[in-house]
Amino acid sequence: MSMTERAQQDPLVEYAKTLLTQLESGDALEAMNTIANLHQARDQFLFNEVGKLTRSLHESIKNFAIDTSRAGNKVHDEMSRMQDASERLNYVISKTEQAANKTMDMVENIIPLTSQLGERARALKPEWQRLMRKEIKPEEFRRLTRDVEKFLDLASDETSRIGSNLSDILLAQDFQDLTGQVIRRVIQLVHEVEDNLVNLVKMAGTIDQITGITHELPEKVVVDTGPNIGPEGPIINPEKRNDVVAGQDDVDALLSSLGF
Amino acid sequence: MNKNMKILIVDDFSTMRRIIKNLLRDLGFTNTQEADDGNSALPMLKATDFDFLITDWNMPGMTGIDLLKAVRADDKLKSLPVLMVTAEAKREQIIEAAQAGVNGYVVKPFTAQALKEKIEKIFERVDA
Repeated sequence: MSMTERAQQDPLVEYAKTLLTQLESGDALEAMNTIANLHQARDQFLFNEVGKLTRSLHESIKNFAIDTSRAGNKVHDEMSRMQDASERLNYVISKTEQAANKTMDMVENIIPLTSQLGERARALKPEWQRLMRKEIKPEEFRRLTRDVEKFLDLASDETSRIGSNLSDILLAQDFQDLTGQVIRRVIQLVHEVEDNLVNLVKMAGTIDQITGITHELPEKVVVDTGPNIGPEGPIINPEKRNDVVAGQDDVDALLSSLGF
Repeated sequence: MNKNMKILIVDDFSTMRRIIKNLLRDLGFTNTQEADDGNSALPMLKATDFDFLITDWNMPGMTGIDLLKAVRADDKLKSLPVLMVTAEAKREQIIEAAQAGVNGYVVKPFTAQALKEKIEKIFERVDA
């Protein structure tokens, strides 16, 4: 028992002893007064606990800087951390989207360059082989040397463009660092919110204990697995779950067991 | 398989639509259009003759499973081949999609090879 709880319960012990003495000596009127005092002490104790709960609720709200203007309170001094977290996560979405689009731009840019280089090389090959077999005529040889020179210029230009696109793709991956930092801060906030909520639950539990309030726990809600199973998004821990497939092979096996 | 067939790609993320569009182009399919959820896809399907529908499951507005059900319930669209490409990986969901009449199911993250195989398999059956 904490010091404050003992201090609050001491008067109860005192009143109880007095009450016993008064009852034994048949002093009914005084005994009634003592019972009233007992009640008052109990109420006081209760008020204190409710006060503590209210204060810590208030603290928690302040800690999260929850935007209370939504609850009708017009005071809205700084952006709430909850709203801040939402904006941070939106930043993650937009950063990753930008990076994906930039990477795809670069790749779409490179693909025709590489196929063009490949085509030109394949087109030169038969002529080149004829040269190696010494089957080529002088005018064909002149044309071939011009074509080879053009190809070498093209290869040199296109490979430097490809190289610069590849380093742009590399740079586009910098989102990982930025979004990682942002997500870490949001995770920290989630932990703080959890800790604060656990504290509130504990404190509310103390009040229940004092007042003797018991809550009827609702039956654990059975998740409705009707015809429409709600979408869940990517499964982040498939190894820990047995209701999900681990990959395409599992999907194919399941579908083929259904006659697909 | 007709490489000119008209394909509708439905996904709420533009990057995923772009990836699928690129993969389809590599496979020789260039006649593609896009929609960002079932609500925008359904009128497009009803208005023009699409040959193939590729849809995500989890989208705001109308989900892919509801789109699939709406397609199967529509007299004009009911035999349209539908491939689901989704991160939804619960066995129940795959069974639900199968019961709703999906023609193929690809889980994300997926490979170009997986997409190719499923599309080929679907049209082998459709053409047979």
